[in-house]
Amino acid sequence: MDIIVTSIFVEDQDKALNFYTETLGFVKKHDVPAGGARWITVVSPNEQNGTELLLEPNGHPAAKEYQEKLFADGIPVTMFGVEAIQEEYERLLKNGVTFTMKPTDMGDITLAVFDDTCGNLIQIIQQ
Amino acid sequence: MNGNMDSIFKALSDSTRRLILDELSERNELTLYELTARLIMKHDLSISRQAIAKHLAVLEDAGLVISKRQGKYRVIIFNNEPLKNLLDRWVD
Repeated sequence: MDIIVTSIFVEDQDKALNFYTETLGFVKKHDVPAGGARWITVVSPNEQNGTELLLEPNGHPAAKEYQEKLFADGIPVTMFGVEAIQEEYERLLKNGVTFTMKPTDMGDITLAVFDDTCGNLIQIIQQ
Repeated sequence: MNGNMDSIFKALSDSTRRLILDELSERNELTLYELTARLIMKHDLSISRQAIAKHLAVLEDAGLVISKRQGKYRVIIFNNEPLKNLLDRWVD
């Protein structure tokens, strides 16, 4: 069994696609109509056949509540790996990204948390 | 004042709560998540987020931490005001 897709809820699919590709640097893999919304996935530029991240509409009230409550406590919804967290942090800051947690050394790993502008906090981690 | 002193000493009597104040005094403001991550990863505590929230309630009751909304998220801030002059009558 493989993990082929993992999903995050987003407020606005177009805005999310833009942020996840233009700002974060992921690559669009699929963008097809699916009911009233679209099936949009992005992949890492280094692993374009790897796990896809689905940008899923948060239309369900439970999805919005889940996002808001996690956000309020500063809890990230998912985690991405980076090679050099300090450089990534500075690059994203320059692109106007807001961090709720600056790169923080936790012993074996360094973490940071930022706002994806789509209703989520995202953690990046350098191992 | 005396009732407040009781709640301050109660808040300070627990080593986890003192550690929380250490972390907050170092950083001034933290989200609940960041505080939790620091306690678990940096200090190797086995503690749940719920337990941390309970400790924070005790600290807040003593006026030692203030929770403030910042846009879409909340931050926890250290307030050391109640600690000033706390021991004056014994130390001076």
